[in-house]
Amino acid sequence: MESCNCIDPQVPADDLLMKYQYISDFFIALAYFSIPLELIYFVKKSAVFPYRWVLVQFGAFIVLCGATHLINLWTFRIHSRTVAVVMTTAKVLTAVVSCATALMLVHIIPDLLSVKTRELFLKNKAAELDREMGLIRTQEETGRHVRMLTHEIRSTLDRHTILKTTLVELGRTLALEECALWMPTRTGLELQLSYTLRQQNPVGYTVPIHLPVINQVFSSNRAVKISPNCPVARLRPYAGKYMPGAVVAVRVPLLHLSNFQIYDWPEVSTRSYALMVLMLPSDSARQWHVHELELVEVVADQVAVALSHAAILEESMRARDQLMEQNVALDLARREAETAIRARNDFLAVMNHEMRTPMHAVIALSSLLQETDLTAEQRLMVETILKSSNLLATLINDVLDLSRLEDGSLQLEATTFNLHSLFREVLNLIKPVASVKKLSLTSHIASDLPMYAIGDEKRLMQTILNVVGNAVKFSKEGCISISAFVAKPESFRDARIPDFLPVLSDNHFYLRVQVKDSGSGINPQDIPKIFTKFAQNQSLTTRNPAGSGLGLAICRRFVNLMEGHIWVESEGIGKGCTVTFIVKLGIPDRSNEFKLPFVPKVPGNHGSTNFAGLKVLVTDDNGVSRTVTKGLLMHLGCDVTTASSSEECLRVVSLEHEVVFMDVCAGLDGYELAIRIHEKFTKHQDRPLIVALTGNTKKVTKENCMRVGMDGLILKPVSVDKMRGVLSELLERRVLFETV
Amino acid sequence: MDVGQMQRQWIDYTKSLFLEGFLDGQFLQLQQLQDENNPDFVVEVVSLFFEDSERLLKDLTFALDQNGVDFKKVDAHVHQLKGSSSSIGAQRVKNACIAFRNFCEEQNTDACLRCLQQVKQEYCIVKNKLETMFRLEQQIVAAGGSIPTELSFIG
Repeated sequence: MESCNCIDPQVPADDLLMKYQYISDFFIALAYFSIPLELIYFVKKSAVFPYRWVLVQFGAFIVLCGATHLINLWTFRIHSRTVAVVMTTAKVLTAVVSCATALMLVHIIPDLLSVKTRELFLKNKAAELDREMGLIRTQEETGRHVRMLTHEIRSTLDRHTILKTTLVELGRTLALEECALWMPTRTGLELQLSYTLRQQNPVGYTVPIHLPVINQVFSSNRAVKISPNCPVARLRPYAGKYMPGAVVAVRVPLLHLSNFQIYDWPEVSTRSYALMVLMLPSDSARQWHVHELELVEVVADQVAVALSHAAILEESMRARDQLMEQNVALDLARREAETAIRARNDFLAVMNHEMRTPMHAVIALSSLLQETDLTAEQRLMVETILKSSNLLATLINDVLDLSRLEDGSLQLEATTFNLHSLFREVLNLIKPVASVKKLSLTSHIASDLPMYAIGDEKRLMQTILNVVGNAVKFSKEGCISISAFVAKPESFRDARIPDFLPVLSDNHFYLRVQVKDSGSGINPQDIPKIFTKFAQNQSLTTRNPAGSGLGLAICRRFVNLMEGHIWVESEGIGKGCTVTFIVKLGIPDRSNEFKLPFVPKVPGNHGSTNFAGLKVLVTDDNGVSRTVTKGLLMHLGCDVTTASSSEECLRVVSLEHEVVFMDVCAGLDGYELAIRIHEKFTKHQDRPLIVALTGNTKKVTKENCMRVGMDGLILKPVSVDKMRGVLSELLERRVLFETV
Repeated sequence: MDVGQMQRQWIDYTKSLFLEGFLDGQFLQLQQLQDENNPDFVVEVVSLFFEDSERLLKDLTFALDQNGVDFKKVDAHVHQLKGSSSSIGAQRVKNACIAFRNFCEEQNTDACLRCLQQVKQEYCIVKNKLETMFRLEQQIVAAGGSIPTELSFIG
C-alpha cells in the first residue's frame, strides 16, 4: 500500500470536529460498558428482583450500543471491508436486542410503577396494625381486670359479700373516689342507697325510681355517663375546690326476685334492676376510657349472674332442709309402722304360744274334773267351765284366723258333716245365755235342707255362732229367730246382693241363714261400718262397752271364702236387726266314705261306755310318754301292750289288736311302720286300726298320715275324756282325723 | 305332827309347784289315772322320767363335747327329753328343751351349751321338788292318812 491508515498527529481545522466525535464516541462507549456493571452490583445487593431476564436483555442492549459507538472510531476514514462487516453485524444485533428490550419494558413498567403504590399501602397497614396492637394490649389489660374481678365476685355465694366485694374491687381496679349501689325498695317505686365504698351509714337515702337519669340508665345495657350533680351521684359535699370527677352509671339485672328473702319484696312481673354508680376522683383530669366502661359493663353482668347463683343456692338449700324434715317424718312413720307390725306379730305369738296352751290345760282339767264324783250343781258348773273354755279357745283361734284371712293364707277345710246337728249344737250353746237374758229363741230348719253337706263345718258354725251371739248380745228383751233353708234362684235377684250371681248345679246348693232380733237395731247410715274390723256402732258402744267388734269382720271373710254373701237390715235404732247370709255347700255323694272331724261326745252315763278287754298296742320310743299313754288306756279298761321300737311293734302286733297307737313326732319312723303293718296284714280284712299320736300341729303331718294309709290322727295332749271319745269314734266309724 | 297338818303341808307344797310353773295340767292327769288298780302309777312314771333324763343329759353332754358336733343327734336327744318332760307335766324343763331345739336347728354350739346348762338346772330343781313331794306323801301314808285328792286351787 502506498500510505498507512495511522492517524496523523497534526490535523487541519476540519479535523477538530472529527476529534470531538472521536472523544464523544469513546465516552459513550465507556458509559455503555459501565451501566451493566452498576445494574449487576445493585441487583445482587437486593434480595428480590423479579425481572432478571429483562436485566440480561437490557445489559446486552447496552453493551451492544457501546460496541457500535466504539467501532465508529474506525469509520471516519476509508476503512477496509472487514471493518464494514463487523460494523454491520454489530448494528444488526443492537437493533434486534433493543427492539426486544423495548417490547419487554412495555410489560414491566406498569408493575414497577405500582411498587410505589404498594409501598404506600404497606405503610398505611403498618400504622393501622400499630393502632390495633395498642387496642389489643389495652383489651388484654381490661380482660385481666375482668377475670380478677369476676373471680372475686364469684368466689362467694353470699349476696351481701358479692355486692360488697364488687364495690371494693371496682374501687381498687379503677381507682374510684366512690362507688354506690342503689337497690329497689319494697314498693318498687324508689331506689334505696344500699351499699357504698367509702361513705359510712348509707342507709336511708332514697330517690324516686322514675327520675329521667334513672330511666336513661335502665333503658340501656351500657355504662352511661351521667352528671355529677344528679341525685344518685351527689352523695356528699365535695371537698375539692374545683370540679367533681366524671361519673358513670350502669344497671344491674336482678334475677329470681321472688326468692330474695332479705327485702321481702312482692312478686314483680317485670324485670327489675339495681343501679351502680361509679365516680372518678375529684380535681383530676381523668375521663372514662372506653375499655373502662366495658369493664364496668362486664362486672355488672357478672354481679347479676352471681346474685342469681346465690338465689338458686338459697332455694336449693331450703329445699334440702325441707327434704330432710320430710325424711325425718317418713323415717318416724316407717318406724311406727314397723313397731305396729312387730306388736301385731308379738301379739299373735302370745295368742298362739301363751294363750292356746293354757286353754288346753283348762279344757283337759275340766274334762278330768267331770270324771270325779260331783253333785248335779257342781257338774253343771264344770260343764259351763268347759263350754266357756271352748268358746274362749274359739276366740283365740278367731284372732289367728283373722290374721291369716288378712294375708290370704287361711284355707277352708272341706269335710262331710251333719248340717242339722250343726244347728242343734248352735242352739244348745246359745240357749243358756239367752235364757239368762229372758229372750225367747226360736228356730226353723227347712225340711228340704240336706242332712249332710260338704264344707268347712268349723267356720260355718263359727259364723252362725257369731251372728246369733250378736243378736243375743244386743237384745235386752223380745225374741230371736233363726231360719235356715235352701236358697231359691229367685232370691238371688234380690237388690241387696247386686254382685252375687251363683251358679246352680247338682252337686252343691246354697244355704241361706237368717237371724232376726228385736234388739237395739242399727242406724241405717252405720250399716256399712259394722263389717269393719274392730269397729262398733257408735251409739251402741256407749251402751255395750264390752265386745271386740271382731266377729262380723271374720264372718264376712268366712262367708266370702265360702262363695257367699252377708248383709244386714235394720229400720233404725230400737227397731231390731236382721242378718242374712248365703253360703255355698257341697252335696255329698252317698258312695263316698265319710271322714268326719273329731268331735268328742260326752255320753249320758259316764260309766256305761267302757272298753273292757279292748286290745290296744302302743308304740312309742319315749318310755315316759309310752307309760303315760298306757296308763290312760288301762284307766279306760283296755288291755294294753307296749312296744318301744318299730321292730318290736312289728314283732308283737297281731290280729288280736284292734287299735295301734304310734308316735310320729320323730322323723319318718312312724310312717314307715304304718306301711309295714299294712304289708303284714294285706291279706286280711280285719287288720288293726292305725292311729298317730302327735304334738305336731302342722297340716303336712295329717297329709302324711293319710298318704301312708293311717286310719286316724290324734293331737296331744289327750285327756281321759278325749281318749274315750276317740276310741268310741274309731270303733264306730273306723276313721278319725282330728282337724288341726 | 298330825295327819291333818301334813296333808295341808302337802297341799300347799303341791300348789306352789303349779303356781311357780314347775308342773302343769298333765301332771294332774297322771294323778287322776292313779287308782286302786294302779296305786303307784305316778311314782313309776316319774321314776322313769328321772332315769330317762339322767341318761339323755349324759348323752347330750358327751355329744356337745365332740369337736365336730353332730347336731342331728343332739336334736334327737333333746326331742326325747322334751317328750318325757311333756308327758309328766314338767313344764319348765319342756320349755327349756324347746329353746334348746331352736339353737340346734341354727347349729349354734355356744348357745346349745348354755341351753344344756339351763335344762340341767331346771331338771335338778323339778327332781328335788318332786322327791320332796313324794316324801311328804310317804309320811302321810305312814301316819295312817291318805293323799288328798281335792285340787280346788286350780281354777
